[in-house]
Amino acid sequence: MNTATVSDAETPRSLKARILGTPSVGPLLVLLGFCVIFALTNPRFLATHNLSIILQQTVIIGVLAIGQTLVILTAGIDLAVGAICVLGTIVAGKLVNLGYDPVLSMGFAILLCTAAGLAAGGLVSGLRLPPFIVTLGILGILTAALRLISEGGAFPVRDPFLAWTGNTMKLGGFVLTYGVLIMFTLYAAVWYLLNQTKWGRHTYAIGNNAEAARLVGIPVRRHLLSVYVLAGLIYGIAAWLALGRIPNADPNAMQSANLDSITAVVIGGTSLFGGRGGLIGTLIGALIVGVLRNGLTLAGIDPLWQDLVTGILVIIAVALDQMSRRKS
Amino acid sequence: MADNPPHVVLEARNVVKTYGHVTALDGVDFELRAGEILAVVGDNGAGKSTLIKTLTGAVHPTSGDILLDGAPVHFKGPLDARHAGIETVYQDLAVAPALDIAANLFLGRELRAPGLLGRLFRRLDKTRMREEARRAMGELKFRLPAIDNPVESLSGGQRQGVAVARAALFARKLVIMDEPTAALGVRETGQVLELIRSIRDRGLPVALISHNMPNVFDIADRIHIMRLGRRAAVVTPKTHSMNDVVAIMTGAATA
Ligand SMILES: Nc1ncnc2c1ncn2[C@@H]1O[C@H](COP(=O)(O)OP(=O)(O)OP(=O)(O)O)[C@@H](O)[C@H]1O
Ligand SMILES: [Mg+2]
Repeated sequence: MNTATVSDAETPRSLKARILGTPSVGPLLVLLGFCVIFALTNPRFLATHNLSIILQQTVIIGVLAIGQTLVILTAGIDLAVGAICVLGTIVAGKLVNLGYDPVLSMGFAILLCTAAGLAAGGLVSGLRLPPFIVTLGILGILTAALRLISEGGAFPVRDPFLAWTGNTMKLGGFVLTYGVLIMFTLYAAVWYLLNQTKWGRHTYAIGNNAEAARLVGIPVRRHLLSVYVLAGLIYGIAAWLALGRIPNADPNAMQSANLDSITAVVIGGTSLFGGRGGLIGTLIGALIVGVLRNGLTLAGIDPLWQDLVTGILVIIAVALDQMSRRKS
Repeated sequence: MADNPPHVVLEARNVVKTYGHVTALDGVDFELRAGEILAVVGDNGAGKSTLIKTLTGAVHPTSGDILLDGAPVHFKGPLDARHAGIETVYQDLAVAPALDIAANLFLGRELRAPGLLGRLFRRLDKTRMREEARRAMGELKFRLPAIDNPVESLSGGQRQGVAVARAALFARKLVIMDEPTAALGVRETGQVLELIRSIRDRGLPVALISHNMPNVFDIADRIHIMRLGRRAAVVTPKTHSMNDVVAIMTGAATA
């Protein structure tokens, strides 16, 4: 019939299209830009000692942002990130202080965090409630419950196993904590899941077009449940990393973790509408936040400027996302 | 080839479907033969979609029989029908726009890498999926930009082409389509109709609902006309005109 008009020959994607189509290129340029500015204005910025401090400061938000990325990729949002992580620190800390085995205590705490993820996932997938509301509810319940359990106050947790993730090792000239290594390992593992397995494909497909995913036979509800469960597990591991950084269980901690993790994800180029983006971007996004905080502090600038700059970055990122969606 | 009647791939006999007091299907018969494109036409509410849904397992008939290759089947859901070799294409573009063409073709049926990487580490075989996708698109003579382009970079017709090709790639018995071109423009509809022809020419029969008479007359080998939940007639574009078909649809004439 009209085969002549259907003439888009199979042209391979151009290099330019590939690069522009990779969502983490923009964030990477921003990160490098900040690094160059800070390095030029302060020679101490690039010292290996300082770089390893930046990594250590990035660990908790960096790991929480992995779970946040998974949830946002399915077109959800997780407001219980910080609360679930605090659940982990308080439960592990309480049990250890009561004299229980530290490995079992931490394991049990991580299991509870996973169960919190299961609860969120169950409500989202089973009752089809909006993730925003479900996780807001869980945030409220957990925050209140944790303050009740810990009688309102923070308490110290002194245990070598719980603090282990804060121990350092030397890698070349670099001093790294085990927590930093765990963070990179988690990024690598979840990146593999997202990019090299069916599970990852289905996660993206559900975020893109849940109805199409259902029609091709993807078990959408079961899959969503698995996403929230994995996110909960990751928040539990973040709790261990948090105890390694500060040996203190505080029910009032991590109040900004929700927004910080969402910031890292969004600056990293993952779309709040779901189905686009990925973990490399999130790692870069978390590093941007860490570098900004560190660089401004080194320069002796009021840390409030950090919030201002990240705020601007978030708005730019969301605006770009919105514009690219309108175009297609 | 001899003149004996062609093999019937999918058949419905006296199927009734009621929703409370509404009778959507009132004892309808249906016959899809090997190697044909069968158009299903009828007025709004005549029962076309309901008929198609009973054939793909999306709806359970109240009574009546459905036979695949002459053997009765009872699909519990769309997945059952798919396992039996029946693929369905829907009116809405059932694609994941940010995923590439190959990923969309294999969505829900991804291939795993051979050996330990696949079994233990569940690694996808992206190379093989791309190759197979390229081969399938070539066989269907459907020209597309490179297979690793995201589907959102395609035109509407090409996107629906991906959904149709997916059905063709995995259907072992037949393909069913409910208004696959309803959301498309003229030129894009042409592309998809062309693709439907190549599916038939590869040996898969196609049943297709359409409201567009010129399209139906362009592409169909036979036309199944629905009226008030029953099959009013089956005609061919050679023996009947569009006016004849419309008259039968509205009850102004009989075949
Ligand atoms: N789920 C349902 N519940 C109640 N009635 C239904 C349902 N599905 C279909 N019907 C009724 O069954 C009849 C046939 O509907 P059907 O959708 O099969 O028609 P159609 O031929 O596909 O129409 P159209 O051309 O508008 O798509 C209609 O009267 C419709 O209102
Ligand atoms: Mg219909």
